[in-house]
Amino acid sequence: MGGRGESDLWPVEPDTGWSRAGRRRRGHGHRARDRGPIRRSRDERLLAGVAGGLARRLGWDPTVVRVLILMVSLSGFGVAVYVLAWLLIPADGETEPIASRSLADRRGIALALAFVPVFVIALLIGAALGASWISSLAVPAIVSAAGLILIWRNADPTEQAFLHRAAAPVLQLAQPADGSGRSRRLLLRIVAGLALLVGGLVVLLERHSARATFRPLAGLLLIIAAIVTVVGPWWLRVARDLVVERQARARAEERAELAARVHDSVLQTLALIQRRADQPQEVIQLARAQERELRSWLFDGTGPAAVGDQDSTFAAGVRRIQEEVEALHGVTVDAVVVGDCELDDGLRSLLAAGREAAVNAAKWSGAPVLSLFGEVEESSVSLFVRDRGIGFDPSAVPADRKGIAESIRGRMDRSGGTVAIRSSPGAGTEVALTMLREPGRRARSARPT
Amino acid sequence: MSLETPRPRVFLVDDHELFRKGVRAELGDDVEVVGEADDVEPAIELIGERLPDVVLLDLHLPSGGGQLVISAVRSAGEATAGVKFLALSVSDAPEDVIAVIRAGARGYVTKTISGPELIDAVHRVADGDAVFSPRLAGFVLDAFAASPADQPAFDPELDQLTPREREVLRLIARGYTYKEIARELSISTKTVETHVSAVLRKLQLSSRHQLTRWATERRLV
Repeated sequence: MGGRGESDLWPVEPDTGWSRAGRRRRGHGHRARDRGPIRRSRDERLLAGVAGGLARRLGWDPTVVRVLILMVSLSGFGVAVYVLAWLLIPADGETEPIASRSLADRRGIALALAFVPVFVIALLIGAALGASWISSLAVPAIVSAAGLILIWRNADPTEQAFLHRAAAPVLQLAQPADGSGRSRRLLLRIVAGLALLVGGLVVLLERHSARATFRPLAGLLLIIAAIVTVVGPWWLRVARDLVVERQARARAEERAELAARVHDSVLQTLALIQRRADQPQEVIQLARAQERELRSWLFDGTGPAAVGDQDSTFAAGVRRIQEEVEALHGVTVDAVVVGDCELDDGLRSLLAAGREAAVNAAKWSGAPVLSLFGEVEESSVSLFVRDRGIGFDPSAVPADRKGIAESIRGRMDRSGGTVAIRSSPGAGTEVALTMLREPGRRARSARPT
Repeated sequence: MSLETPRPRVFLVDDHELFRKGVRAELGDDVEVVGEADDVEPAIELIGERLPDVVLLDLHLPSGGGQLVISAVRSAGEATAGVKFLALSVSDAPEDVIAVIRAGARGYVTKTISGPELIDAVHRVADGDAVFSPRLAGFVLDAFAASPADQPAFDPELDQLTPREREVLRLIARGYTYKEIARELSISTKTVETHVSAVLRKLQLSSRHQLTRWATERRLV
């Protein structure tokens, strides 16, 4: 789960629905170290997302960072540092930290400054009682309290909503008791917790007798029990809310992505079709192009962007010829490919010649449908381009068409392939292209297009 | 050939009403459309009732794949034994197509097929022949890809295509009609049909390891 939202900050691709999807896929589940400014994570957070953000920056597991922070927090200073980080580090997708917004919040600052006298008093009491732990705890406690006030007042709406939810039980307690079972239970819990806490502190701070090596341990256990009693259920609820929130966000993202994709493709095409309802040939073309795109998304899991400029396999190359010829010449191209393999120079020439033949057929044959059939075999690759158009008499080829035939033939000859053109007037034309494969390359099975 | 034979009784199964209307219009008077259904359950019921010669079956229905209809009708008993299925669908994954063929469909054509070709296909299926579209031919060639070295056939009879069958399939994939194939190979159209039916039988009965693996790679069990 480490760092899924990070790339939202540094979009490097044109922001189309397809690339959004690509980013999401790549972003998911990697724990690579992240460059760029540190941000509080929105996805990977239990409280403010500081640990999540830090983990992402360092490329560590968030849990490790959390445990480290928790250990540092035992002294009290860790808490203050955490609160300061919360205040000073912007959240994902934001440029300004809460602190910079707090500067404008005079009342908040005043409230935070009100802790200064409290701090002084705490120091005085500590000195008077000779209890140094009071003064050593006072600094982080005061810093944390002041920080929390500023955060509380200036966090962005989503974070504030979270804070309100988290603090709900406390606020509820502050309200005049309405006698409901819920607040009575909460009160009971707090009383029980306080009793345990006091008990624990007493045991802990008592002058230890020799046989009481276990006393501090018992005291600690009591304190932990107190914390669990008071904070446990509340914390469970907060954690659950966080999970729910995260799921809701994931669903919303999913939906947005789907909506973007449908908009980019299907809705656009439907709009175009409506506008060109009087041009059946164009409507067919649009519908077919859309069908192919949708199919490749649904069944192959690839968007049109994934096909790329440089086709790397024979089947992808044939698919590209199909798309281009359909788009440019308004004919339907049925393409079937059996097997697949990586492209080499010879096969690129084969595809180029095949494209030439298909364009030729689309332009001259007059047939509304072309058939492309590619087959990858152990020792050779062949491509057939067939139409049922007007055809021609190969022995009486007009000069302009001879040139095109030569460009197909010449291309294949240079790469060591063979061409067979069969045509007769009225029966259509078929161009058969064959290229021997370089030895050592095995056929890779792939679905026909 | 459609003139000599009686008009086949056709049943349409597709969840899109518009599409059913379109097919009805395209089939015209050459066939008799005896009913239509938009989902698996009503299709099974009505087919059992009206006993059509040919069912034009969409691969994807709201409550499941078209093969559910085929297997339910097949297991219904003697009365429906004469009902033949032709899968008529669009942009499908190979595993769905192969599943419906293995369930017992006599062929697969894409919805982009022209009206006359569809009528021809219906007549063929009604006569007990198989109908392969170029795409299905491609799927089958792919599934039965020749690599005997690492894929031993358990039943050579069923698990391999003969060179002639392979040739016929290649020509179908290249966009040839049966008649053109017959001329190309200097055989009769009937022989072409025999080859295609043999391929269909192999496709349905073969337990070929290769076919299983090919299907598994495409998430078909």
